[in-house]
This record gives sequence, structure tokens and C-alpha cells, in this order.
Amino acid sequence: MGDVFASAPFIVGKSEPPPIETDIPAEEALCPVISHDWVNEEYKHLVVAASPKALTVRPGQFFNLLCPSPDAGELWLRRPQSVYRIDDAGGRIEFLYKCVGRGTRGLATLKAGDRLNIVGPLGVGFHLDPSWRNIVVLGRGVGLATLAPISQLAAGCGVGVTAILSARNRDFIMADDLFGEVGTVVPVLDSDRSSDVENVERILLGLIAAKRADAFFTCGSNRLMQLMKRLARQHGIPGQVAMEQVMACGLGPCYVCVRTFEVNGRKELRRVCIEGPVFDLQEAVGW
Amino acid sequence: MVDMTVKIGNVTLKNPIMPASGAFSTELAQVMDINRLGALVAKTVSREYRIGNPPPRVAELECGMINSIGLPTKGIEYFLEHQVPDYKRFTPPLVGSISAQTADDFEAMTRDVDVPEVDVIEVNISCPTRNPGGGNFAMHEDHTFNVMSRIRKATAKPVWCKLSPNAGDVVAIAKAAEAAGADALVIANTILGLKINIDTFRPAIGNKYGGISGPGVKPIIVRMVHQCSKAVKIPIIGCGGIVKVEDVVEYMLAGATAVMMGYIIFRNPSGMLAILDGLEEWCRKRGFARVADLTGAMIDEPPMETFAAAAAPIR
Ligand SMILES: Cc1cc2nc3c(=O)[nH]c(=O)nc-3n(C[C@H](O)[C@H](O)[C@H](O)COP(=O)(O)OP(=O)(O)OC[C@H]3O[C@@H](n4cnc5c(N)ncnc54)[C@H](O)[C@@H]3O)c2cc1C
Ligand SMILES: Cc1cc2nc3c(=O)[nH]c(=O)nc-3n(C[C@H](O)[C@H](O)[C@H](O)COP(=O)(O)O)c2cc1C
Ligand code: FES
Repeated sequence: MGDVFASAPFIVGKSEPPPIETDIPAEEALCPVISHDWVNEEYKHLVVAASPKALTVRPGQFFNLLCPSPDAGELWLRRPQSVYRIDDAGGRIEFLYKCVGRGTRGLATLKAGDRLNIVGPLGVGFHLDPSWRNIVVLGRGVGLATLAPISQLAAGCGVGVTAILSARNRDFIMADDLFGEVGTVVPVLDSDRSSDVENVERILLGLIAAKRADAFFTCGSNRLMQLMKRLARQHGIPGQVAMEQVMACGLGPCYVCVRTFEVNGRKELRRVCIEGPVFDLQEAVGW
Repeated sequence: MVDMTVKIGNVTLKNPIMPASGAFSTELAQVMDINRLGALVAKTVSREYRIGNPPPRVAELECGMINSIGLPTKGIEYFLEHQVPDYKRFTPPLVGSISAQTADDFEAMTRDVDVPEVDVIEVNISCPTRNPGGGNFAMHEDHTFNVMSRIRKATAKPVWCKLSPNAGDVVAIAKAAEAAGADALVIANTILGLKINIDTFRPAIGNKYGGISGPGVKPIIVRMVHQCSKAVKIPIIGCGGIVKVEDVVEYMLAGATAVMMGYIIFRNPSGMLAILDGLEEWCRKRGFARVADLTGAMIDEPPMETFAAAAAPIR
């Protein structure tokens, strides 16, 4: 038990993955890192071998990662990261993340062959209604990572996907190849001002007019969420948003991860980790 | 086979491993078999709905974490109607934790949670973000004695009193709680602290001050457990910074009969059960037939004469 205190991952008893028990849907597990590469100067793509239970993850769900420390200090809290790709056949799950602080900088130090301690799959993922023929996903920055699996799932079900990917410039359009495989990609950039809300609004109105917007999905930008929420309300389009909040347990008990929601004019707090991270777009408040 | 049972007053637990209030709910059954725990400890409830403090509600420190959740609760009615039956889907005894702003309400809350399904009442008189006159009675022995006496008269159930490490003289508080009739002491709640975000120049958590928990607090709380165990006869439950088997052993040697853990649930949701297994293994290897024999087993002799100690082999 000596290494429990250190930043080394806690060895959780047996090395064999436990059999799937349907009544315990998530687990703490050690996953060998298969590959871990920079996508650009800020974002890294992490591929790990996953246990059968981890592979039951649904689009929009997340894992809580125990990141190694990047410095002489200790990291005490896990870092939530949504699943970016689920490779059932290959037994792998993938993450796409931005290095922003100590946790993600520490995560970035993992090399192929290292082991990553994950807890999951956690939370409520996206919902895909069988009646939808065409969906629109709108994401910015790492929000795209969260939207990738639902886009793949939709395409796999024969649903048309339009992915509006917002970023600073071409270099920060993440996963456009992945979205390209599953639908139509519309990049919008700060560099040429095509990411301005007015322009994105024009694009969304065009999709609504063309009957290519049976449902909206968004993640990663408050500005874009507010836009989608307004248009969805005006046009009666169902919408879902994946939200973020600082977490501790990631499992429900601690009430650290609350955000404000509003239903029929009444405000309430909900926990992102267990009542979300995916919520009804019209009930999300944002700022 | 090691006998893992422990006795806290007239309650026998199948093992000394319990979660700490506020870090546990039946939602933990998502990742672990909570039926293996010595007891289930519910989040503190108060009479009315409380929204809790503004986020961010936690931040990382050098030595653990700081939180100020602000005791959000759906209130006592919801607790009794929904949460208690939910807990009763599981087998370990249920410890209900209550909080109130006044001694009157504490007494009334005690009567309210005195239902057959609640096995033990834990009294949280020590939330660090409340003031001594408004819920944080454990800052002063008179407040502690007064409120605990009222609670004692209101129920025949076991009452565990959760103390504050922020009090100047914790031993005096422990004695006051015992004198008022507490069946056991939980030592302790979190230590009040402040973290400042040097990018924004603002407090790192929404409520400014918060409670420190995690490994950094452990030696402080182990010391308090030891001091209190010398001063009271009622059992003590150690709580603060436990992340491994050795920490549980230390708490028990210091005088604790059982332990509670919060932070480890955040770091390693499988940690409590790993520690439970590890503790049994540790006892077996060290030849302890009963885990209860560890309680208070620290050798507590007067210090050696300095020349003799300095001439002795390194231990
Ligand atoms: C459900 C969910 C899914 C996420 N998915 C992704 C993803 O796929 N890719 C990605 O790049 N990022 C994702 N994030 C954000 C990611 O969790 C944060 O970027 C990360 O925690 C930052 O940690 P840090 O130590 O590097 O940064 P710091 O800023 O140093 O973090 C300090 C503390 O604040 C917390 N924190 C800071 N920013 C966030 C945030 N945005 N959300 C939650 N906690 C935060 C950290 O966990 C840590 O406890 C997701 C967040 C949530 C809640
Ligand atoms: C997020 C969080 C919420 C807590 N909520 C409560 C609570 O509702 N009631 C209570 O008595 N203690 C509460 N505590 C204190 C813990 O029960 C425990 O006393 C403290 O965290 C020390 O243990 P640890 O270091 O193992 O976490 C809370 C602690 C944390 C971190
Ligand atoms: S992070 Fe603990 S309840 Fe959500």
C-alpha cells in the first residue's frame, strides 16, 4: 500500500479487469496508455486500453482521471474528461484535452506503456431520438471532443450530421477529420471572423430552413450555447448541452459540481457529475 | 481470521471502516459494494431546504483540499421520506447526521430523526463555516454541553457528537460532550483555512474560508484523538486524512475505536474497501486476532533520558 500516498496510481487489488457486474456500472481501473500525441501546441490526444466496463461508456459521459503531478507537489483531485472516441472493437477509449493547468500538464507527461487510473464511465450522456433525421452539433475548442462520439453514433444510425466547429484559427480546429467522416463540417474561425455569433446564427438559420436541424447539440462556449438556446426556443428544436464545473467526487455525494438551471422561471441547482454533464438546452442558464 | 468487529457503545459494527458525512451517499454504489462498510453515514441534514454556498466549492491545496459546500440539504422531510428508505436498500447500519442553528431546533431535529430506520444520530455541531452561536457549537464547551444535553434528553438512540478541530481546547469540548451524555465522539470535522488565487487576487472558493481535509490534517487530528482518548471514557471515531491502511492503524493506536473517511472517496472510490481488506491483512501479519485490540495500543511512556536516547540504536 506504500504508493497510495504518492502520485503513483493506486493499485486497485487485482490486475485482471473484474467481470462486468450490471449493478455496479462504473469502476476505478488502471488503463495502459497506448498512445499520447500532441495535436497542436495546446491539445493532446490520449488513447488507453479500456476494461469492458469502461467500454460501456456512452457519448457525452465522462471519466474522472487521476493525473500524475507535473511538479514536486501533489495533485489531490481528479480531472474530469469526456470520452472523445469509443473503439469497441479495439478495446480502447480516447480523450482529447487541452493543457490548461497543473492537472492537464501532469496528464500530458504520460507515455505509452504508463498506466492511467480512471473512474467511470460517469454521468448522463447525450440522448438520440429515433425520429431525428438530421442533427446539428456546434462546439468550440475542447467542446468538440465531447461532441465527437454523439456525432459518430448519429451517423452510425443513419442520421445526417452537420458539425459547426468554432476555433481561433485553422490550427485549433480539432478532430475535423473525425467529423468529416461522419457528416458535413463547417469550420468557423476567429481569424477571419466567421466565428462571430451573427455568422453562426446565419448558418444555423440556413440549416433550420433546409430542414437539417431536428436537434441541436452544443458544448464548449457559453456564447454559442446562448445562441443555440435562443434559436432552438424560437424554432421549437430540442437541444442538449454538455456543461462543465469543478468537481471533487464525480459521483454525486459531495455537491461540489453544482450549476444553475431554470425550469418554468424557477431556478435550481443541479450536479453536473450525476444529473449531467448533458442537460436540456432550454433549462441551462450559463452566463 | 481476524475479528474485524468493533463496539461503539451499544452498537457493534462489522468493521471499523465508515465513510465521512458529506463525502458519501448511496450513489457510491455506482462504483463499489457499499454493503461491505461498517456503517453508512448520510450527508448532514437540517430542517429546511438549504441551497449551499456559491461555487467554486473546492480547491486543491499543498496538503489536500479546501471546501465550503455550505451544508446544502433538501430538508428533514425529504431525508425521512426519500433518503432513509434509499439507504435501507443496503445492509449496514445507518448513521443520520443532523445540524441546526439553535439548541431548540437541534432538540426537535433529534426527535424527528428518531425513527426505527436510523440506527445512530451523528450530531454535526462543528461545521467550520458556521459561527459558534449558529450551528458551530463545538467551538465552546458551554455551548457543546448545553446542546448535547438537550439532544440526549430527546432520544434513546446512540448519539455521536462530531467535534471541531478549530476549537481552542478540544479536550474540554470532548469532556463537555461526554458529560452531556454523548455515546461517542467523532474527531473531527475540517480545519478552517483560506486559499487565495494569485491570478485573480480572490479567494479560491466562493465562500472565502473553507474546511481543510485530506492527508495534511491527519497528524493534527491523530493528536486530538489521542488527547481526547486520555480524557474521556466514551469511544472515539477518528476522521481526517485517511488514505491508507497505516493511517487507520495510527488512528486506532492513538485511541480511536473506528474511523471515517471522506477525501479518499474522491481520490480512490475503491480505496475504502481496499483499506478494509488491507487492514485485515495487516492485523493477520502482525498477529492481531481482533482489530479492536489496536485501540489505544500506542506505547505512551515518559520520554527517555536524553543521553540514554541519544546513545540508543536507531529504531
Ligand atoms: C464533464 C466534463 C468533461 C470535460 N471534458 C473535457 C475534454 O474532453 N477535454 C478537455 O480538454 N477538457 C474537458 N473538461 C475540462 C477539464 O476537466 C479541465 O480543463 C481540467 O480539469 C483542468 O485541470 P487543470 O488542473 O489542468 O487546470 P486548473 O485550472 O489548474 O484546475 C484547477 C482545478 O479546477 C478544475 N477545473 C478547471 N477548469 C475546469 C473545467 N473547465 N471543468 C471542470 N473542472 C475544471 C480542475 O479539475 C482542478 O480541480 C471537462 C470537464 C468536465 C466537467
Ligand atoms: C466536500 C465535503 C463535504 C463535507 N460535508 C460534511 C457534512 O455535511 N457534515 C459533516 O459532518 N462533515 C462534512 N465534511 C467533513 C468530513 O465528514 C470529514 O470530517 C473531513 O472531510 C475530514 O476527513 P477526510 O480528511 O477523510 O476528508 C465534509 C467534507 C468535505 C470534503
Ligand atoms: S463532483 Fe461530487 S457531486 Fe458532483
